[in-house]
Parts: sequence; C-alpha cells; structure tokens
Amino acid sequence: MNCTSPEIMTIMTAREIRNGDIVFCGTGISMLAAMAAKNISAPDSVIFFESGAVDALLEDLPWAVSDSRVMWGANSNGGLMDAFATMQNRITGDRVIAILGAAQIDIYGNLNTTAIGDYSKPDTRFAGSGGGCDVASFVPRCIVFMHHERRKFVRKLDYLTSPGNLDGPGARRRAGLPPGGITCVVTNMAVMRFDKDTKEMYLDRFYPGITPQQVLEHMEFAVDISRARPADPPTEEELRILRGKCDPRRMQL
Amino acid sequence: MGDSRSKVMDLDEAVRTFVRDGSHISIGGFSISRNPMAAVYTIIRQGIKNLHVYAHSNGTGIDELIGGGCISRLEIAYGGNGKAATTCIRFRKAVQEGTIQVEDYSNYQMTLRFAAGAMGVPFLPTRSSLGTDIINRWGFSEEMRQNDPKIVGKKLVVVDNPFGSWADAPRVVLVPAIKPDVTILHVQKADDQGTCRILGLTYADIEQAKASRHVIVTCEDLVESGELRKNPGLNQIPFIHVSAVCHVPYGAYPTAVYRCYDYDLDYLIAYAKAARDERLFRKYQDQFIYGVSNHGEFLERVGRKRLEEIKADPTRGYATNLQWYDRGEAP
Repeated sequence: MNCTSPEIMTIMTAREIRNGDIVFCGTGISMLAAMAAKNISAPDSVIFFESGAVDALLEDLPWAVSDSRVMWGANSNGGLMDAFATMQNRITGDRVIAILGAAQIDIYGNLNTTAIGDYSKPDTRFAGSGGGCDVASFVPRCIVFMHHERRKFVRKLDYLTSPGNLDGPGARRRAGLPPGGITCVVTNMAVMRFDKDTKEMYLDRFYPGITPQQVLEHMEFAVDISRARPADPPTEEELRILRGKCDPRRMQL
Repeated sequence: MGDSRSKVMDLDEAVRTFVRDGSHISIGGFSISRNPMAAVYTIIRQGIKNLHVYAHSNGTGIDELIGGGCISRLEIAYGGNGKAATTCIRFRKAVQEGTIQVEDYSNYQMTLRFAAGAMGVPFLPTRSSLGTDIINRWGFSEEMRQNDPKIVGKKLVVVDNPFGSWADAPRVVLVPAIKPDVTILHVQKADDQGTCRILGLTYADIEQAKASRHVIVTCEDLVESGELRKNPGLNQIPFIHVSAVCHVPYGAYPTAVYRCYDYDLDYLIAYAKAARDERLFRKYQDQFIYGVSNHGEFLERVGRKRLEEIKADPTRGYATNLQWYDRGEAP
C-alpha cells in the first residue's frame, strides 16, 4: 500500500462523512479528514468547532480549535453556547458527525480522556472532556480516532468521560441520552463498528497487510471478527486530493 | 450618558484591589487564544495564593497560575496548550502529585454554569454527561463542600424531566451556577468605563463576565466611548459589569489575539519544555515573571523582533509568515 498510516486513517474517516453533514472536529488529523471529505465526496459538508466558528475557510491549518485561523473567512464567529446549540438543535444536531480522540475505549465505545489510574490521584492526567462528553451525549454519529494498542482498548475504563453505548443495549435511553454516541472507531489497523443489537464493538474492515488476528492481539477484549472484510485502500485520487489540497505543506501527514 | 467615571487603572493596582488570597476567579480566552496573560503574570508576581478557579477549555493562563503556586482548587473541563502541550504540563503534574484539588466538568456544562450565574438562577439543565463519571466522580469531598459556604453542596444532580417526556428528554442533569468574585478578560477594544468589543470568537467570555461580581478588563486599544457607540451592535460587554480597565498592549502574549497578533509557538514550546523540569521551570519563572516588574518589561525581555514576527496580517488576522509554519514543523 502506497500510503502512510495517518493517510489511510484520514481517508477512512473522510469516507464516513456524507454530503450535507455538519462536522465537529478538533485540529490535526481529525480536521484533515473533514477537509478531505469536503474536497472528495462531501462538498456541501460544513466544518464547525466547539470554540464557536462555523464553516471556517481553513486556508491555513489551525493548531488549536480557538486559533485565529478558524475565524478568518468563517461563516460566523460565535462562542461556546453557539457551538453546543448546533449539536442540540434538532434540525442541525441530527446532521452532526463528530471526530474525537481518546486515551482509552471499551467494548461499548465509551471513552476516557480524563485520567489513567485512580481519578483522585491519577498516574497520568489528560486534558479532560473539553466538548467531547457533550458531543458524544448529543449527536447521532461520532468517529473515534485511535492507535490500536492493548492499553487503549481496555476491558474497563479508568474513567468514563464520554458516553458510547454505556453498559449495553438500551443503556443510553435508560440514562436519558438520545440515541447515538460513538458509532465508528478508525485506527491505524482497522475500522470497527457497533452491533445494532448487542451494542458491542466488532471488526468491520482491516487494512492491507493486516489480519483480523493481528487486530485482536492489539486489544485487551475480544470482538466479533466474523463480519470482517479487507478495507478498500485509499485510491490514487483520494491521496492526490488529500496531499495536494488539504495538507500541501505536509504539516500533519 | 451612563456612568462617566473612568475605571482606568494600572494593572498592578487592579489586581491588588480585586484579587485576594482565596478569591474565586475565572479568566477569559480558550487554550492558546486571548488569555489575559499580563494579569496572570501580575497575580503570580503579587504572590496571591489559594485561588479557586473556574475554567472551561483554558490553557496557558491556568497552567502558569498553577506553576506559580496560586491555585489550590480548580473546576475545569479541559487543560491543554494546543500543539505545544496537548495536556498542560504544570496542570498534569499538580493533579498527579495532588498539590491542587480538581473537579471535572464538560465545556458545555461550564458554559451553562457561567450562564446560570449571569441569569441569577441556581442551576440550568442539560443532557450532557448522563451515565458518565463526570456525574459519578466528585473532585471535592462532601465534607469540604459543607465546610465552605462558597462551594455548592453537590457536584451535579440528575432529575426526571418535570415536564414528562417533553422534548424527548426523560431525564436531565442540573449544573449549579458559578458566581466568581472576579473574572479577568483580555479584549481587543475597550473604553475607559469598560465597554468591551471582542473581535472574532467570544468563547464563553460574555457569560463569564456577566456571572461575576467584578470584572477586570485588559485591552489592546483603549478607545473613546464615542467610537464604540458608533456601532453598538458590535460591543458584547456593557460597562455596567466592569470594575477596572487596564490598557495593556500585547496583554495576551504569548497567546493569540485575533486581528492583533498570533500566539508565539516558540515561547509556548520553550515553556512546555521548562515546565517538565523543576530547575528549568524556576529558571524560566525567574527570567520572565519574577525578574521583571510589569508586562512592558516582560515584552522587552521577549524582544521586539519576536513581537514583530507574530504580528497579524491585516487581512487574515493572524501571522502569515511564521518560520515554524513555513518549515512545516509539527511541534
């Protein structure tokens, strides 16, 4: 395969974005994926940031969601209240797809971005929820972007920051959350999804040069691999647009 | 027209007047943008301790305050310094070593909490975080809450929707109001009575200001009231909320101010490096914080050349010829 791991992750994520989607993303690779989708298959998608910018031009790559680079030429510059209204308003909210990162994920797609170890005296402290818990609570589709490692795909999270399927079928409804949350996991090895009945993660697609067994070896919990198929590798056209249009200075890839 | 008393003050005096040991404060901005850094460095230089700080996605300012030993309790949604440190270094260290007490919320919850404070209601409802540890795990103990009348008795409370299933929400979580003693903001323009004009994203600055008993505003440009009154629709914070106005050009440096200057990524990366090592960090603080007496001297120490480099392009509002950007470096 003639591309790097960040490139295949970016393209796999971009393919999840449908034309007309409103995309919530952070900076870095997640933003590149949103830009790639806009340039390849979803020209009418809209990128917004939790800091309050909607439909940013992104002529230069921002290094934080609060960056002045998301403000210039944006459709509108508001604040956090506006960003969270976009996610909850039932007209726009149902069109939102989010791209998130995490330190840990469990079989139900719940995320930890807060701490490793005991919360009250953690071994490793991370930045925290930010808007991650909010968007995972509110919107129908969230993609998680992660490295496939045993210490990240864990049986039990040290802290549940952002809700996926909580503890299984019906749990979001019982807790009072709308349907949705984490629906797709894109890693450096594979694409994982969640079974509509059991709400458990399963292996959907594995990348060229990777076997389903290898994917399992990189996880603390086992998942269903019976539906797994090889992923269609990024096409020349997808890579040309990603490299040439989205990140010409190769700052992220 | 309105209150004609000028509130213009020297920053040192404004901080001395409104920020005390044990004050409950919040600062404006977001991660590496529009943090009131001149005020943050002033608080550190004045040796103010035991602050209780409320933050959504704050970064540089909070991390410096923690490094300066000013904060004992922190309610926060996110502590990151952009690409320079995805988790703020001194924040991480302080939480891991237990030298500050921290309680976690989400960004929306913190914004709602400021809004509740601004509206004068005790709480606001949301569906965010239902079923998560943000509700289950408290950072402050029950005992500590009961012994301090300035801290609400419970973290978050889940209730059934009193309107039945109206709006398809069977349950909501109530987030308690925040009423800081002082909120400190840095804005592009203000007049001498404190009316503020923010250019670009406002983050949660407006809610933070209106929730607060006192507001200290530092500004890039101190302008005539008449200029702001020409286009009142562009002003976000009326002077009636503001207690002090301080004219501090580059007052958010090393963080960014849209249309004025960019963040100084070289500074932030050097800071992150120093923050990892106690000896280097003390050296950093001695050089840039304790070794100067005000923000003007700090900027002189940083050097004109650096400030010129990060100057905003007049069209785009940020620096367009940064060396690290041209080098294509992912720090």
